[in-house]
Amino acid sequence: MFSLAERWLKHAALEVQEYVRLITSTFHGLVTRPIYRHDIVEQFDLIGFGSLTVVLLSGLFTGAALALQSGLTLDQFGARPVVGRLVSASMIKELGPVLTALMLTGRIGSGIAAELGSMVVTDQINALRALGTDPVRKLVVPRVLAGFWMAPILTIISDFVGIFGGWIVARYTLQVNSGLYWSSVTKGLYMQDAWMGLIKPFIFGFIIVTIACHVGLRTTGGTAGVGKSTTLSVVAGSVAVIAADFFVGQVLITLLY
Amino acid sequence: METNEGVLDAKQILSETGAPVIVFDQVRLAFDDKVVLRNVSFTLIKGHTKIILGASGSGKSTALKIIVGLLKPDAGVVWVNGQRVDQLSEQEMMEVRADLGMIFQEGALFDSLTVRENVGYKLFEETSMPLNEVDRRVEEVLGFIGLGEHIDKMPSELSGGQRRRVAIARAMAFKPHILLYDEATTGLDPITATTVDDEIIKLRDLEKVSSILVTHQLRDAFYVATHMAVRDANGQVHIQPATRGKEREAEFIMLRDGVIVFEGDADALRSSPDPYIHEFLS
Repeated sequence: MFSLAERWLKHAALEVQEYVRLITSTFHGLVTRPIYRHDIVEQFDLIGFGSLTVVLLSGLFTGAALALQSGLTLDQFGARPVVGRLVSASMIKELGPVLTALMLTGRIGSGIAAELGSMVVTDQINALRALGTDPVRKLVVPRVLAGFWMAPILTIISDFVGIFGGWIVARYTLQVNSGLYWSSVTKGLYMQDAWMGLIKPFIFGFIIVTIACHVGLRTTGGTAGVGKSTTLSVVAGSVAVIAADFFVGQVLITLLY
Repeated sequence: METNEGVLDAKQILSETGAPVIVFDQVRLAFDDKVVLRNVSFTLIKGHTKIILGASGSGKSTALKIIVGLLKPDAGVVWVNGQRVDQLSEQEMMEVRADLGMIFQEGALFDSLTVRENVGYKLFEETSMPLNEVDRRVEEVLGFIGLGEHIDKMPSELSGGQRRRVAIARAMAFKPHILLYDEATTGLDPITATTVDDEIIKLRDLEKVSSILVTHQLRDAFYVATHMAVRDANGQVHIQPATRGKEREAEFIMLRDGVIVFEGDADALRSSPDPYIHEFLS
């Protein structure tokens, strides 16, 4: 029993050590040459533009569902006209960043882990090294850059689409006047909320991509191993996003409010 | 001043015939409790071929990975082109790899890139060579291995033998002087395997590439050791039985459980009284 716990602890410590090493190499790769520009552009397109549909749809329906559910509750207090305030505050501070990050974990995290994992088990990573290319610079740096910068942009889009989805429900289902909705959307927002909604996605984007790259590059066990890595990347990425949301939220509340 | 003279001496030595381009000295490597290589020592002479034979798991591929710096030995010294590589960092190893090509099992082609992009990868990504020159070199190399018409195909559209040959083309595109073949013919039918063997022979005899060939395919090992490539007056390349002198340039190593149990030429291997070797050859 003791040896099992000891083995688990050793394995966990090794994973943390390797994750930290990957992050250190990534930062080193960010500030030193060579930089693979076309890979960076390609990843911005794949991670950013490629995730647009899923972010638009999830944002729209989240905002709509939020307006629908909160409308019922607000009715009990005769506060239906302030539904816009609730939708905008919830979307910008919490649901926009977290749901976009979870969508990205499913789409980007799994894709990165599967791609890098396949490259490991088919010796393509070793081939890259043998050809004089550092896999971290070539594969990890462009993905981390794209994840870090595109997650906030996609979150902003998701926020706007969510508020728009809320307006559709507020206007046509809850029969709230459009002018009232939009004025309540802006009234309910403070600068601190916007900062919180903007800072969190940078951290989420970084976490999702670095976890996916770490898991992908440490794949073993052939095609079955690639499947395991893909699952692990999504599970670990999702849990890390939700945990980070809590801790970063705590820090930001202390700092901003 | 002393260092400069030292570098000059090493370069001079390496430029001479019979210079050692790869030296393995008492190399040892273990993964946890499993010892993969036990005090293995051998030398690859410039322009020669070293053929490493052995059953699966005997440590053959591990030896190649140590040479190219993908693995670090636990003990021992490894020299490549006069540079001690067993203690180099990944960044320092990049310089050594500039003269070192490796062909992996199954080819390890980048499956998201075309044949052209695979072959020209290093020249395009890691050198400042202009794109038109990279293209010219890629076409030249693919012409050399007879796959010119497949230049714009994806690796998934190629047969197993073609993929191995493209992998050879990728490894030779940047003109390295040392090539390491890891089971380059494993899993191929005899006819296709011979086309890959012919490329190995052509590179050794026409391009003067020193090579280490890891395999457990005896037919291919002996074919490479006992044949040579010659170019006739019309520029046509022929593969023919090797002269006695040429045959001696191919040396065999037999690995068993990480230990060298035989080292010598093809004739010595065939006539070895060792029961394990006898069983392996039969």
